[in-house]
Amino acid sequence: METLGQLAHGFAVALTPLNLLWAFVGVFLGTAVGVLPGLGPALTIALLLPITFSVDATGAFILFAGIYYGAMYGGSTTSILLNTPGESATIVTALEGNRMARRGRAGPALATAAIGSFVAGTVGTLGLTFLAPLVVEFALRFGPAEYFSLMVLAFVTVSAMLGASALRGLAALLVGLFLGLIGVDLQTGQARFTFGVPELLDGIDVIVVAVGLFAVGEALFLAAHPRPAEQAPLKVSGSLWMTRDDWRRSWKAWLRGSAIGFPLGSLPAGGAEVPTFISYFVEKKLSRRPEEFGQGAIEGVAGPEAANNASAAGVLVPMLSLGLPTSATAAIMLSAFQSYGISPGPLLFQNQADLVWGLIASLYIGNAMLLVLNLPLIGLWVRILSVPAPLLYAGILVFATIGTYGISQSPVDLLLLYAMGGMGYLMRRFDFPTAPVIIGLILGPLAEQEFRRAMTISGGDLTVFLSKPLSATLLALALLALIGPMLLRLRRRA
Amino acid sequence: MLWSRRQVLATGLLASASAAAPIRTGLAQAIEQLRIFVPANPGGGWDQTGRSMEMAMKSAGLIKSAQITNVGGAGGTVGLPQFINQWKGQGNALMVGGMVMVGAIIANKARNNLTETTPIARLTGEFQVVVVPAASPFRSMADLVAAFKADPAKVSWAGGSAGGTDHILAGMIAKAAGGDPRKVAYVAYSGGGPAQAALLGNQVSCGISGWGEFGEQVRAGKLRALGISADKRQPGIDVPTLREQGIDVELFNWRGVFAPPGISDAQRQSLLDLVDRMVKSPAWAEILKRYDWTDIYLPGDRYRAYIASETERIHAILKDLGLAS
Repeated sequence: METLGQLAHGFAVALTPLNLLWAFVGVFLGTAVGVLPGLGPALTIALLLPITFSVDATGAFILFAGIYYGAMYGGSTTSILLNTPGESATIVTALEGNRMARRGRAGPALATAAIGSFVAGTVGTLGLTFLAPLVVEFALRFGPAEYFSLMVLAFVTVSAMLGASALRGLAALLVGLFLGLIGVDLQTGQARFTFGVPELLDGIDVIVVAVGLFAVGEALFLAAHPRPAEQAPLKVSGSLWMTRDDWRRSWKAWLRGSAIGFPLGSLPAGGAEVPTFISYFVEKKLSRRPEEFGQGAIEGVAGPEAANNASAAGVLVPMLSLGLPTSATAAIMLSAFQSYGISPGPLLFQNQADLVWGLIASLYIGNAMLLVLNLPLIGLWVRILSVPAPLLYAGILVFATIGTYGISQSPVDLLLLYAMGGMGYLMRRFDFPTAPVIIGLILGPLAEQEFRRAMTISGGDLTVFLSKPLSATLLALALLALIGPMLLRLRRRA
Repeated sequence: MLWSRRQVLATGLLASASAAAPIRTGLAQAIEQLRIFVPANPGGGWDQTGRSMEMAMKSAGLIKSAQITNVGGAGGTVGLPQFINQWKGQGNALMVGGMVMVGAIIANKARNNLTETTPIARLTGEFQVVVVPAASPFRSMADLVAAFKADPAKVSWAGGSAGGTDHILAGMIAKAAGGDPRKVAYVAYSGGGPAQAALLGNQVSCGISGWGEFGEQVRAGKLRALGISADKRQPGIDVPTLREQGIDVELFNWRGVFAPPGISDAQRQSLLDLVDRMVKSPAWAEILKRYDWTDIYLPGDRYRAYIASETERIHAILKDLGLAS
């Protein structure tokens, strides 16, 4: 009841015309940032930090939160239409979403992503409003051993994304794992595979690899193998809107994605990508038509899109209730708190009730705004597909190049982008799936670091993974996910 | 977009109109436009320092405008060569840097180092704090150090990346207490957030970070501070120094500014004057308070000597930790 009263007060703060304006500017900017490959919410907010000198705290945070939520919406658009994920959390969306677009179903794919984002954003924000203390308690029980077991579970889900040949899929995964090793090792401070190039010391940026493999690789492939069928503009056949069948297949995926994304997002080292992998795996395994996966299954868009938006709300849980910055975006938002002389910490809810509840209320409002903004845009977005492919992909190359160089201004990143593009081309040419590379690059370093942290803390005792109940449960789930489908198949055969 | 910019401008003008009125003297000798080179990405401590300098100098009427360039990566060692080679001879440029860069240069075996720049002044410092989870049995540094000496493997220390400020302090504490710095079971985290989560969740024995990172959790009683690495007790912070507890260690995560190589003596002098006047401005005093930065201003030649001694000190401790040769 107390929470409801505070939330009502929060709405009173958020619904002032000026704050509504900030929310709108935020979601609008966020959508734009999400659509452009390479430009992320963390960087955008960092660039906007100077406005904290002239705008009041509540307004600034409403703006920042709008950008954050908006980027999660926008990221899916390019994944679906052009197979070029703008954010690392929307890589999985490209798997099914782009297949749908190629089969002329771009409209429903964008719609299920937008509505799924709205549903998940609302579920996540409700969780943030009412469950924050409980969720935080759960999240803090995750130590290195638990995280490592979670990563093992996430690795199992990769099996759903390996494509037709497991050998080729695993080879791609190994390439990703290798790329993840490059840079200074966090635990020892020693450089690995950097070959004396200082730009490589911080490791390889997932976004550069994703944009290179997907966008540049796709463009090169198209240029090298012009096929008349692909040259013609992609047709948007059928309705732009979701059919009854689409709705029936989407709504459960939205809810499952939200249920996976929110708690995992609230883990201090969870990230927004892992929940999308798990959601994709779950949807593929639960689907009555698993054979459609890889050909454009709508559940494969609905689930992961819901998962990444719910995890965005989850990230705000430790940030607002403990003052813990658990993602790059949250860290920059916390540094903005400091420039207002507000100390972000466990007392934020008490000391800055106006700000916190105004922010939470604005999340509900921003989420609704995003839906209203994005649904009509679908009609506009799909018209991008009527641009002839050579022109379209030339444009993508330009954007990918500007996006990569404009942000880091590092020639090394640019070289890397095109090297990845070349690799993406070869992988397409010889039928290797590209998504496992990204998954290896994201999960590899997480799994390695957590394993070594667990070993440092336990003094090298491997049994910690089994002696901690939460960790053992996660490992059991991983085992079940691995052999469960096999057992089912055996039983069916018997 | 256009709307929001107008909004920002309007609010900005209102805010500066009230502040700018009393201080519009001395514009005659002002450097028209200052270029600030930040060898880190937007949002971190060096970026905050650069942007705060811009604000303080502008509101004190010392400069007309400043242009900030961010070249982030590898503790500043990606930006440093660029500053030394491409900004050479520019009399209106300052690079932000500090102790983290000294460590990164050594650990990454960087080709360039800070002696190739023109040191202008050390500005601020942040002292470090050693904390334990609220439920920890350790009540003082003596408890912690005793447990470490009894069995180093049983005491895990959480902090930032290996070889960084937090790890350096852990090594210094171990050494000062008569233990082996290499035996410190150091658990490196990529940032303050995950390290704090590990402490709040009771996953590690103790943690080290800047006071700014842990201070709020200490004030809220979620973490207990055992000692700070400052030279003396800090006003408003009821935590004893390490030295008070018999551990002869003092460490400030200092930040300062550097001019490019190859500038004239006159140019160097005008940058020294500019920074000196900024440090003495009320706007700067307010910024120090806002970010909990300690004023450890040290200009010119004494700063150059300080960098040399810091490089030596940090190199020695990185060697003790087995991270440098």
